Amino acid sequence: MTEQLIVHGLEWTVKDLFVYPNEFIYWSIQIVMYPYMTGLVAGAFVLSSLYHVFGQKDLQGIARFSLVFSLALLPTAMMPLLLHLQQPFRGMNVMFTPHFTSAIAAFGIVFSTYAAIVLSEIWFVYRKFFVEQSIALKGQPGFVNTFKQTLYTILTLGAMNTDDAAMGIDKKGVKILAGIGIPVACFLHGYAGFIFGSVKANALWMSPLMPVIFIMSAVVSGIALCMLTYIIIMEYKKFQATLAKGRGDETVKELGGVEMDVISKTSRYLIGFLIAAISLELLDLIFRGYTAMKSWDILRSVMFHEDFTKIFILQYGCGNLLPFFLLMLPRPTIKRMVVALVLVLFGVFMMRWNVVIGGQAFSLSFEGFMHYNLPIIPHNLETYKEGLFGALTVAITPFIIFWGINKIIPSLQKV
Amino acid sequence: MSSSRRKFLKTAITGGIAASLPLSAFKLLSPAEVQASIGDDKVRWAFLIDIQKCVGCGFCVKACKLENEVPYDLPVSRTWVERYVVTKDGKSHIDSPEAGRDGYTSAKVRGDDIPPEEITKAFFVPKLCNQCEKPACVQVCPVGATYQTLDGVVLVDRKWCIGCGYCIMACPYGVRFFHPVYKTAEKCTFCYHRITKGLKSACVQACPFGARQLGNLKDHDDPVTHTIMTQRVGVLKAEYGTKPQAYYIGLDERVR
Repeated sequence: MTEQLIVHGLEWTVKDLFVYPNEFIYWSIQIVMYPYMTGLVAGAFVLSSLYHVFGQKDLQGIARFSLVFSLALLPTAMMPLLLHLQQPFRGMNVMFTPHFTSAIAAFGIVFSTYAAIVLSEIWFVYRKFFVEQSIALKGQPGFVNTFKQTLYTILTLGAMNTDDAAMGIDKKGVKILAGIGIPVACFLHGYAGFIFGSVKANALWMSPLMPVIFIMSAVVSGIALCMLTYIIIMEYKKFQATLAKGRGDETVKELGGVEMDVISKTSRYLIGFLIAAISLELLDLIFRGYTAMKSWDILRSVMFHEDFTKIFILQYGCGNLLPFFLLMLPRPTIKRMVVALVLVLFGVFMMRWNVVIGGQAFSLSFEGFMHYNLPIIPHNLETYKEGLFGALTVAITPFIIFWGINKIIPSLQKV
Repeated sequence: MSSSRRKFLKTAITGGIAASLPLSAFKLLSPAEVQASIGDDKVRWAFLIDIQKCVGCGFCVKACKLENEVPYDLPVSRTWVERYVVTKDGKSHIDSPEAGRDGYTSAKVRGDDIPPEEITKAFFVPKLCNQCEKPACVQVCPVGATYQTLDGVVLVDRKWCIGCGYCIMACPYGVRFFHPVYKTAEKCTFCYHRITKGLKSACVQACPFGARQLGNLKDHDDPVTHTIMTQRVGVLKAEYGTKPQAYYIGLDERVR
């Protein structure tokens, strides 16, 4: 019975001064994870599109990887939402009776459109592979082979033609889908910003700049994650080449050269979006301070006192300024890049944290504060779902899904 | 092969159109639309709170919790009473322990002693859902589980609410919370189950001083409506544009 009677939010909210009785931190760590994961999905997809739409040849290897990785990330953009629902089994209601005056109602539609694009793009990219596998495995003995053959045959959807004309159509399909995908990816994310920006009751969230700020930081985090994964893959390849051919071999040097070239090229985009994101956030801050509406007093005390470390030191300092200098300094090295990229990813996470949790750090009465204590060791379902381990589950899942998908559609092999 | 495919497509399209014609005779209604037909459109419920009369006894909170089965000892409540103590230095000392349920029997505000000679004014403010004319909570519900009835009361469908908390975030008054038992959004309904049967709201009935009253704005002979129309009344947080329908007599500018 005591298990049933839980006041949602009571567990991790500490109130200070005057706060309305029903006010708690209702949106916790999972709502921080949600825009963060969506941002990564969008970023990974945009990177794969750079190859498919704009023909960036050097990204050919990573394009397949990032496309499949964005598919693996997709369900995890929805996972935090389901984990935070008080009635997770009713999540489907959003699809049954979408109430379109709500910013969340379109989520199902935007999300499934995006999923459809990613899935069909993957199908076009891998159709030839499915056909080849289906033919190669035909008649092979063993249950696994029969199963695989059946699976690949189903995946071809009956389109077995692999002549040049058919492959040309496939390529065109990929290009069109990737082209549509970019604005949809941006929309998916800008929309997450609108969910917050349109809450008029929340003095920190309500801003028309919110969707744009969200898109910018999403692109920043997406590019950073893809660069980081690219570095890891290239380092792994270099390591394999070194094992096979020795340290001084030409292939190793060549790999290193390509890696540095791609990374320094992409980092220019990263810096550009980073500047855009910071400028917009600072504009928002300055505007709030200058206009000094009724809410400014409480916002100021949250920003400059309660959450000073989180906002100015961790987010702007460690997450923006420091990596900015690391990226701008001449003679970039891979090690320095890795540090900068990890910091950028951390900075975007802190930005999400400071928006979601920071927006609930003060009472609607403007007369008190609420502090969020992230549950670490779970002692019931709620403290697991909305605690450190729930967030870690969400963070780890894409890698597990990717491992599974990769068994069926290998994305790390050389094409 | 190609001719049979064409034939198939033709039949499929014709069949599709033929099947959808009778379907178009039906209208798809969202649950919100269906439920919005609940209520009497000759009534517009509104609340009148006379701050001058409230003594902070907490009977209203007690009555509400018992009537509406909100767990008595948990720190959430559909209605609550706030205490404001203003001192000579211009500061407001505000509190609402246990939502004011047990009455204000101690002079301490959040554990602090305030010397009586320092106090310039002090008063109690009962709070409840404002049953806004343009409710932000209804606007943001992604599934239409919360809706406004024809007589102006905002209700929640416990069978359809997914518990996302967006309505809780959208309410500028902080009246919503998750029900600890049902795990769905919960709020004051003006005791809709009572008022539609001609009874008084639990808090109105429990108030010994007549500080809380409920009336029908569409009935000009209603004494409450008469007071709202003829006296100087205020509402809370008008700046959010939700058009709140809980009117206060003697509202202080300090009230948040």
